Amino acid sequence: MAEAAAKRAPEMESGGVAEPESRHLFEGSNWTFDTMGRTYDAIQEIALNDLGLDVYPNQIEIISSEQMLDAYSSIGMPLMYQHWSYGKRFVREAQMYQKGYAGLAYEIVINSNPCISYNMEDSTMAMQALVMAHAAFGHNHFFKNNYLFQQWTDAEGILDYLEFAKRYVAKCEERHSTAAVEEILDAAHTLMDHGVFRYRRRPKLNLREQAERERERRQYQERTFNDLWRTLPRNGADMQMEQADVEIDERKTRLKLPEENLLYFLEKNSPVLEPWQRELLHIVRNIGQYFYPQKQTKVMNEGCATFVHLYILNQLYDKGLLPEGAMLEALHSHSSVVFQPDFNDKRYSGINPYALGLAMMEDIKRICVEPTPEDEEWFPEIAGCGDWRGTLKDAWANYRDESFIQQYLSPNVIRKMKLFVLADDSTDTHFTVTDIHDERGFRNVRRALARSYDLGAIEPDIQIVDVDLRGDRKLRLQHTMRDGVPLSERSRDEVLKHIRRLWGYEVGLVGVEADTDKTSYEISTEDAVDEDD
Amino acid sequence: MPMPHFIDRRLNPKQKSLGNRQRFMRRARAQIKEVVNKSIRERNVSDITNGETISIPTKGIGEPRFHHAPSGGRRNRVFTGNEEFNAGDRIPKPPQGGQGEGGKKATDRGEGEDEFQFVLSREEFLDMFFEDLELPDLVKTSLKEVCSYKPHRAGFASSGSPTNINVLRTMRNSFGRRIALKRPTSGDEDGLTQRILDLEARSDLTPDERLWMAELHKQLEELKCRRRAIPYVDPFDLRYNRFENHPEPNTNAVMFCLMDVSGSMGEREKDLAKRFFMILHMFLKRRYERIEVVFVRHTHEAQEVDEETFFYSRETGGTVVSSALKEMLEIVHDRYPPGEWNIYTAQASDGDNFSGDAEKCIELLDTALMPLCQYYAYVEILDEREMELFQDPEKGTALWQAYRAVGASWPNFETKRIAGPGDIYPVFRELFAKQVADG
Repeated sequence: MAEAAAKRAPEMESGGVAEPESRHLFEGSNWTFDTMGRTYDAIQEIALNDLGLDVYPNQIEIISSEQMLDAYSSIGMPLMYQHWSYGKRFVREAQMYQKGYAGLAYEIVINSNPCISYNMEDSTMAMQALVMAHAAFGHNHFFKNNYLFQQWTDAEGILDYLEFAKRYVAKCEERHSTAAVEEILDAAHTLMDHGVFRYRRRPKLNLREQAERERERRQYQERTFNDLWRTLPRNGADMQMEQADVEIDERKTRLKLPEENLLYFLEKNSPVLEPWQRELLHIVRNIGQYFYPQKQTKVMNEGCATFVHLYILNQLYDKGLLPEGAMLEALHSHSSVVFQPDFNDKRYSGINPYALGLAMMEDIKRICVEPTPEDEEWFPEIAGCGDWRGTLKDAWANYRDESFIQQYLSPNVIRKMKLFVLADDSTDTHFTVTDIHDERGFRNVRRALARSYDLGAIEPDIQIVDVDLRGDRKLRLQHTMRDGVPLSERSRDEVLKHIRRLWGYEVGLVGVEADTDKTSYEISTEDAVDEDD
Repeated sequence: MPMPHFIDRRLNPKQKSLGNRQRFMRRARAQIKEVVNKSIRERNVSDITNGETISIPTKGIGEPRFHHAPSGGRRNRVFTGNEEFNAGDRIPKPPQGGQGEGGKKATDRGEGEDEFQFVLSREEFLDMFFEDLELPDLVKTSLKEVCSYKPHRAGFASSGSPTNINVLRTMRNSFGRRIALKRPTSGDEDGLTQRILDLEARSDLTPDERLWMAELHKQLEELKCRRRAIPYVDPFDLRYNRFENHPEPNTNAVMFCLMDVSGSMGEREKDLAKRFFMILHMFLKRRYERIEVVFVRHTHEAQEVDEETFFYSRETGGTVVSSALKEMLEIVHDRYPPGEWNIYTAQASDGDNFSGDAEKCIELLDTALMPLCQYYAYVEILDEREMELFQDPEKGTALWQAYRAVGASWPNFETKRIAGPGDIYPVFRELFAKQVADG
């Protein structure tokens, strides 16, 4: 929000001087634990009593820049098992940082209870204030209240679980050699995106309930039994076909196929894995599942945190608690975080989730407080309701990026960001601009943008459809292709090799067009081996 | 809402990622190795002990995932900042669909042949460098050591470990302080006590004397109190001997690199020679504070050149080894008086020499050069086939025979035939054996 920064600056010049010096929470750029504590209290006052946020208790840890590098090369977790890919990330991040290509993140916040956030020791006090408002209240509230996090992650237990995972992996390395563990982890990591449950599973029935259901079924069969069916004539071939179909159906049911959680299936059913190897898959799967909500709420999560820190800083400043210099510094870094370059800018690398998130949050607030006739038409439930705090909190709690955009992206934001949709058909020599920020385009832009945040659409739909455990044990995967979008071939073949390692037998992948059911490609790990020879 | 917990983690162990880094290095070993080898070829002889920024291809360290290809099929993308487009506008695609936006996406996901760049630490670089030289571990560690330090006395400090207490200084301080604060000595106390005892011993005390005795008791009490309040040795008095680590005094060394650069020395031979020179240089660097390297190349005549020319330019002509020795001798006389410089020589050649020159070499070495040199290492670079032919050290070219003869009479003269990097170390065995024994 570059505009926000620009708008604030003149106000401060006039208003800031008049404030009595003594009310400032801190002076200068150095922080101490004392000023941190005071600032925290002031921020908390606004967050809880003004915004009415609901947060986990905070635990704020001060770390050095080197520790920050450590932390975010192991996917941001304070504890993590060891793996070479984290080392790779570390050397890359360290390189980027040392060369000055990239700054370090100012904070990392962990969805746990208590909510742990890392602040860097080199940050100035102004930055510490911004980071506390952003992470310890913004993200914290989002973690505690969003339905995805509530449903899928266990904030109480995550640190203990990681501790366990780390020890377990280390123990396995000791017992079975690092290479053996690495082989399994490598393979598991390639499937991390396909190791999550996207929907809640039905609760497992206990033994008594199972028996009960079995009895009910039998009763139903007995009630509806009609001997007449037996007398219908049938030919032999049909019978056999039917027999085979029934068998396939039966084994599919037994294995609960089709299954989109590939890691889960392999963990439970692979014929070749040792128990410790299954446990490793389980660990990777759990961690993947833990991060699944975060992947689906980037825009909202950052939008929420950015909105919160901006609001809190402004409040602090208006109350005369922040020195002018600190406010300017915080706003400067705020506006670089939410900077959104245009598509033809060299710096463009997609839509900045901070920018989009903040723009939408601010717009929701505007719609609640000062709606235009357009808003009345588009958002009749919230326009002019006045309760922007409640409306935002409701949105933060009950949506994910895709549904949030679909619900709340207003024509105003589309206009401001000048969004447009570009259709790319690989059979066409031209791109086509299908919709822009005008009356006719709003809904389509919104739909297209929402869809681009739908993990179900971003990630390829690959499921295990069949396996004959008594026969050739070939694991059959199916890639359902939407809009003819293919998989990237090289990594596809690599991943299949990894699956083969976990499954132990042949693995085949079939690409099927979703709308036509036409098979578009078919490969198998055994073909690949032949090619190598 | 309770107060937040601020936790200061700055003192927690750093380098939590070290294990990950090592795993990564192991993973990418083959590629790193290749790059290091290439880098050795490009480095200066004296520039071996720094780390190295290397970039390796992402192959083998990729993390494949199922993901959509950057192009193909039908898709809608949303962009920001529309200025001129209207719905229905058609924009020609950039040639070769992989370029532009698509290409960028591919690299983001770790695909494509982009390079992965990072810095090897000095240790890691040396490990790779040593890998196929087959140096014994003892030698490796001694080469990797940066410098040796010795503690030297450096005045006194007010803090330190109890073993370093300087008693004299401490007591002097204590004495001065006791005088300044007028701490009663034990003599004062004894005198007073004695006077009280004397008075008490008498039975006939006048009232004045009684008063006097009470006064004395009071004085004694005060005196004792004062002695208690002013300690004999205060922590404030303590002085410790202070030590500073000084690098071991090293002297200067000069290293002569002699090489035959006639046409018969090809790329492979020069590469081997370079490694040979590098090891000697590392050894010297560890031992001496200041090292100079002199490059002398020769065909039928010798010439001092810079490193670039030494390794990379080609000369044609015959081969007269003694010319290099003469040149070296002259340089020593001109610039490196043996009294101030330790002289080390490394010579590499393919063994060719002008017939009749070998005797001249023997004479030069025996009478002039060897008395000046700390160490003289000669390698004859052969190819594998020749290596088999010359299994027997007795046989060989005239130069080889001649150098063998010199080696017999000078213990600090080493000769060796090498065909691969693994053969280099034995040339220096003597040198390192001595070093290890010294250490």
